[in-house]
Amino acid sequence: MNALAIDRLQFAFTVTFHYLFPQLTMGLALLIVILKTMALRTRNPHYDQSARFWAKIFAVNFAIGVITGIPMEFQFGTNWAGFAKAAGGVIGQTLAMEGMFSFFLESTFLGLFLFGEKKLGPTLHWLSAVAVWLGSWLSGFFIIATDAWMQHPVGYALGPKGEIVLNSFTGLLSNPWILWQYTHNMTASVVTGSAVMASLGAFYVLSNRSVDFGRTFLKVGICAGLIAVAIVAFPTGDQQSVMVSRNQPVALAAMEGLFKSSDNGAALAILGQPDAENQRLDNPIEFPRALSFLTTRNWAGKVKGLDQFPRDQWPDNIPLLYFSYHIMVGLGTIMTAILLWAAIELWSGTLWRRTPLLWTLMFLFPFPYIATTFGWITAEIGRQPWLIYGLMRTENGISPLVSAGNGLFTLLGFMGMYALMGVLFLSLVWREVERGPGHAEFAQPAPAHH
Amino acid sequence: METIWFCIVAVMLAAYVLLDGFDLGAGAIHLFAARDDAERRSIIASIGPVWDGNEVWLLAAGGTLYFAFPGLYAAGFSGFYLALMIVLWLLMLRGLSIELRSHFENPLWQSFWDATFSGSSILIAIFYGAALGNVVRGVPLNKDGYFFVPLWTNFQPGANPGIIDWYTVLVGVSALLVLTLHGALWVMLKTAGQVAVRARAIAFTVYGAVCAAVLGISIASFSIHPISRRTSSVIPGCGCFPCSRPRGSSACGSVSPQKWISGHSCARASSSSLCFAARHSDSIRTCCPR
Repeated sequence: MNALAIDRLQFAFTVTFHYLFPQLTMGLALLIVILKTMALRTRNPHYDQSARFWAKIFAVNFAIGVITGIPMEFQFGTNWAGFAKAAGGVIGQTLAMEGMFSFFLESTFLGLFLFGEKKLGPTLHWLSAVAVWLGSWLSGFFIIATDAWMQHPVGYALGPKGEIVLNSFTGLLSNPWILWQYTHNMTASVVTGSAVMASLGAFYVLSNRSVDFGRTFLKVGICAGLIAVAIVAFPTGDQQSVMVSRNQPVALAAMEGLFKSSDNGAALAILGQPDAENQRLDNPIEFPRALSFLTTRNWAGKVKGLDQFPRDQWPDNIPLLYFSYHIMVGLGTIMTAILLWAAIELWSGTLWRRTPLLWTLMFLFPFPYIATTFGWITAEIGRQPWLIYGLMRTENGISPLVSAGNGLFTLLGFMGMYALMGVLFLSLVWREVERGPGHAEFAQPAPAHH
Repeated sequence: METIWFCIVAVMLAAYVLLDGFDLGAGAIHLFAARDDAERRSIIASIGPVWDGNEVWLLAAGGTLYFAFPGLYAAGFSGFYLALMIVLWLLMLRGLSIELRSHFENPLWQSFWDATFSGSSILIAIFYGAALGNVVRGVPLNKDGYFFVPLWTNFQPGANPGIIDWYTVLVGVSALLVLTLHGALWVMLKTAGQVAVRARAIAFTVYGAVCAAVLGISIASFSIHPISRRTSSVIPGCGCFPCSRPRGSSACGSVSPQKWISGHSCARASSSSLCFAARHSDSIRTCCPR
């Protein structure tokens, strides 16, 4: 592998691992606000106790999220020096804002939320939960704004030495790409949080311990999850694909496995394997004309296939892009069906008797993680061969003097480090699950000698 | 405008070295000043609420560097690739050890994280010093403004330097000694009983070594980097010797440790901080092109 491949793989590996944690905390932050609101309205300590339990899971995820987030900022300089040098004046700003919000707002209020329940009283404690939620969603906004600028650069001018100068900060923050990408991503994080909550609820109900908490987790998880998964598809996912079809048509063609243009309504491939060498889709199961309708709102609309674009504009890994997109959409569809079924059973009061459904819900939690990860792979592989779309090709963004061997050394180092962290993380979370929500007491700050 | 950003980054880095310096130093003496679980908990507890806040200064400095001096950020981070990644792993391990140490009541678990905490703190201090040494010594830039230095070459600061050579190791060890003194003074201030007594003994022992090391790097810096003679108003470091010399044991023996600590170590910790700031500004003046 050459240095470019190693640099890409290292960024992909570290950012994929990192994002396993924020996607849960951002979703869970909203669910904790919901639990705290129920506690405030019903004055039932059961909901406070539930919120306290989830705050512990939140805290472990938040800590690993912060620790694995630092290498992301580092890698812009270490492995992507060409990109940092050219675009640091633009994305350095949004990344610095993210740092401010996640470190100052989010961690300050998380500290208050975790340790201040007795002192703050119910209303202020509810407010601190809201502040944690807003802080985490704001820092998410600045990360999305950074990625949106790479997908669809706006508000810049080119300097004399080819460097990119930001001339409109508001333009950077009001990039039209942000709206749908942000709402799509944030509702997906709510799906992750809801699925984890529902899965753990099903686990408690099925193992016949902490059953009352298990039922609360199932109710909140199923309801919030169903609403979120619907918004992930319509309007946010739908609008995002329209946006991609307008601004990155070659990426859309590759995502859909559309090698040849179709003048009279393009078919939507549900299943099939792209054969990039022979430029065709093997074993296709297709929906006639549906792709034209989804992207142009016209059953006979023209959709450009890959044959309309020069080869050097094609995303460099078409099969991966195609599969990532289809796995995301497929899992989203399956999760919608399961959550809808569960919501109907919950509505009719028969959920607690449906053991197979409870087992299905217990194993639901990995799927939003997989769908979200493949969604991000779709976005970032779809952007290729560009690092900044239309402005800087990926091979021009790497550090010119960092060799493949040095890159591989650190990639393997990160793999070892993250394997260790993954094991530690799972053991910490499992310990909280084993203790159960009934034992989540008031957390006390570590005794400090001041 | 560049000058203002230069000053802002310099102040942020100084704040970082000052603040994270004491918790790194506390980590360096962790295994030696505290012997049993309760004592070690007291050292961890003294930095527990502040260490991550201190590290925010590093992130803030890095973030500011990124958008104010993207060329420097790109060249520096890619040029010192291996050292930066190793420091990053050490920072991650150190964060894990502080957070995880007291999660399980198993003595082996705690010993493992105590050793990781102390070892990573010591190595980070040495690497920070070596980083400063590299900046003072300089690196060979190519025509595009990039460079790449391996971890070591022939341990000579010549035309083909490595991150580790005799000079940067000297600066690295000096940094460890200075941070150890700084951290020992912090532990004296923030803990009680045997831990504070041992921290005082460590501070006293290390003090002499710090003076020798500062003298050593001053001479070495002149020999490898003639510009520092021109830009440095005083001999680097000499004008800012730690003025917080811990008192001799005879003087302390007569007073109860508690009283001695509460009376003076606050002043010592602040003078240690002051001398730090002075040393730091000296190094920055040395590097500043104007």
